[in-house]
Amino acid sequence: MKLAESKTTLDYSRYKLQIGLVIITFLIFILFMITSPDVFLSPRIYRSFLSTVPFVGVMALGLTLVLAMGEIDLSFPAVMALSGFVFASIFGSTGSIILGLICSMAVGAVVGFMNGTLVTRIGIPSIVVTLGMQFLIRGLSNVLSQGLAKPMTLDETIFYNLFAGTFLTIPIQSLWFLGLAVLLWFILFRHKFGEHVLFVGDNEDATRMMGVNVNRVKIMVFMLMGVMASFAGILDLFKMRTWWPTMGEGYLMMTMAAVFVGGTSMFGGEATIFGTFVGAFLIGSLEAGIVAAGLSGFWTRLIYGLLILVAVTLHTVLKKNR
Amino acid sequence: MSLVELKNIYKSFGGVVALRGINFEIGSNEVVGILGDNGAGKSTLIKIITGLHPFDDGEMYIKGQKIDPKTYSVKMAHEMGIETVYQEKALAAKQALWRNIFLGRQITNRFGFIKVKEEKEITNRIMRDIIGFTGIGANPDSTIKTLSGGEQQGVAIGRAMHFDADLVILDEPTIALSLQEVRKVLNFIRKIKENGKSCVYISHNIANVYPVSDRFVAIDRGQVVGNYRREDITLEELNDELIRLTKVKEGNN
Ligand SMILES: Nc1ncnc2c1ncn2[C@@H]1O[C@H](COP(=O)(O)OP(=O)(O)OP(=O)(O)O)[C@@H](O)[C@H]1O
Ligand SMILES: [Mg+2]
Repeated sequence: MKLAESKTTLDYSRYKLQIGLVIITFLIFILFMITSPDVFLSPRIYRSFLSTVPFVGVMALGLTLVLAMGEIDLSFPAVMALSGFVFASIFGSTGSIILGLICSMAVGAVVGFMNGTLVTRIGIPSIVVTLGMQFLIRGLSNVLSQGLAKPMTLDETIFYNLFAGTFLTIPIQSLWFLGLAVLLWFILFRHKFGEHVLFVGDNEDATRMMGVNVNRVKIMVFMLMGVMASFAGILDLFKMRTWWPTMGEGYLMMTMAAVFVGGTSMFGGEATIFGTFVGAFLIGSLEAGIVAAGLSGFWTRLIYGLLILVAVTLHTVLKKNR
Repeated sequence: MSLVELKNIYKSFGGVVALRGINFEIGSNEVVGILGDNGAGKSTLIKIITGLHPFDDGEMYIKGQKIDPKTYSVKMAHEMGIETVYQEKALAAKQALWRNIFLGRQITNRFGFIKVKEEKEITNRIMRDIIGFTGIGANPDSTIKTLSGGEQQGVAIGRAMHFDADLVILDEPTIALSLQEVRKVLNFIRKIKENGKSCVYISHNIANVYPVSDRFVAIDRGQVVGNYRREDITLEELNDELIRLTKVKEGNN
């Protein structure tokens, strides 16, 4: 059997996508530097990005794996709120941060387990399951909190330095984001679990025929997504030092935008962690840049929409030309 | 002792009864050809043996061990030395060739991280020595979708050949292949026999099945309707026999 010759160019065009994304990002930042030099030529704004982008970024990493296996999750912003509430309640009543952390992560895992179980065992499409779950979870945290915010004194503990401090002047949130991105890259592209995730998204039947427990893979990815949302919530809580009932609202679209702009598609079977990492910073800094440029906040959405459509069109065209 | 033994096996999908009381056996060092019309239940039968579908009723023994359909799995079948080339090929289009070869049986360190270099090296060897890819573009990194139908079939067969099995099941393995490639597959089946292993070969092409099989089993609408040993029947007689079975079927309708 003879193989055609063109097949070795594949890898190159995969990098082409990522290089393109980096160039777009730089161009946008240069544009911001021109339109509002006083803001974008000082390090303050970047330090601010490094401490806020990770909230969306961490969830975007989880969502990248969900999309890689051809599913979707709409419930993670609500998970963020509920597990944040659980943390605030437990810390408030026991004073133990560790117990609060464990319980809030467990909430994320349990919600993910329920999502995954409904998708795999009952066979409901994930968009429907997680839409329902999102209302349920948001409603639950509203009922439990009676709509009241919960301020906390978190800034005196060592955990504050761990989740909201700085390391050599770098906001620590960004180091968490970077660390998790590297970890998830290794899991997705070098660990057999990640390989299973990509195969499930590509061809579920074939994956089952080769002896992979497809249902278990799916449930575990939904659980991972839940835990990532809980962790993003923890980072957010430590920064804000208060839990508030609408926590996480507005993050759904931002997170999805970051993943799609990064180049991961909804078709499953392929994903880019690097793209998500860059995409999160791009999406996360857009609003500040637009406002600093003197445009009113009304422009933000329009420009978001434009960027998402252009980026996704580029990704799709580039992939087709492979 | 036979390698695989099925007794009165039933299987339905929702309202469709695919197998109704199948009795089937694969001896050790035996090549069994399964023949039958579209929808007769051939693929369903082998998917029960490979652990993909649990059977509803009946008994199954593999190497004398009784199989519980609730716990039996593809993984267990692999561990018991059963390799399969599925009719659907079971390859993931967007993934690299080397990943497709080792899916479900990755070579990893003890933390589950894949030894990429080793898997690629072995894939290279499989491509060269077993599949016989000769093109200069041949590359373990190629994604499956960039391969031709015949090349994909080659990957699926190469994968089954690599994992040294006691039973190799081939479901329509020659469907996308040129005459030369078909000959390669038939030689592979002969090699399985020479090595003392067993094989199940499903094909609509009786001329291909006949020379390599020790025994033929005809299946019709979920039941075994004929069982012939090659020394007792010529190719022409087998052909006539299958035509006769089809006529009976039409008469029944
Ligand atoms: N996963 C499934 N879900 C529902 N019905 C199925 C499934 N698999 C097989 N069937 C049904 O079971 C019957 C037997 O199918 P099977 O694939 O075993 O036939 P076959 O003998 O392999 O046919 P062919 O020669 O066309 O491959 C058919 O009526 C088919 O529609
Ligand atoms: Mg079939």
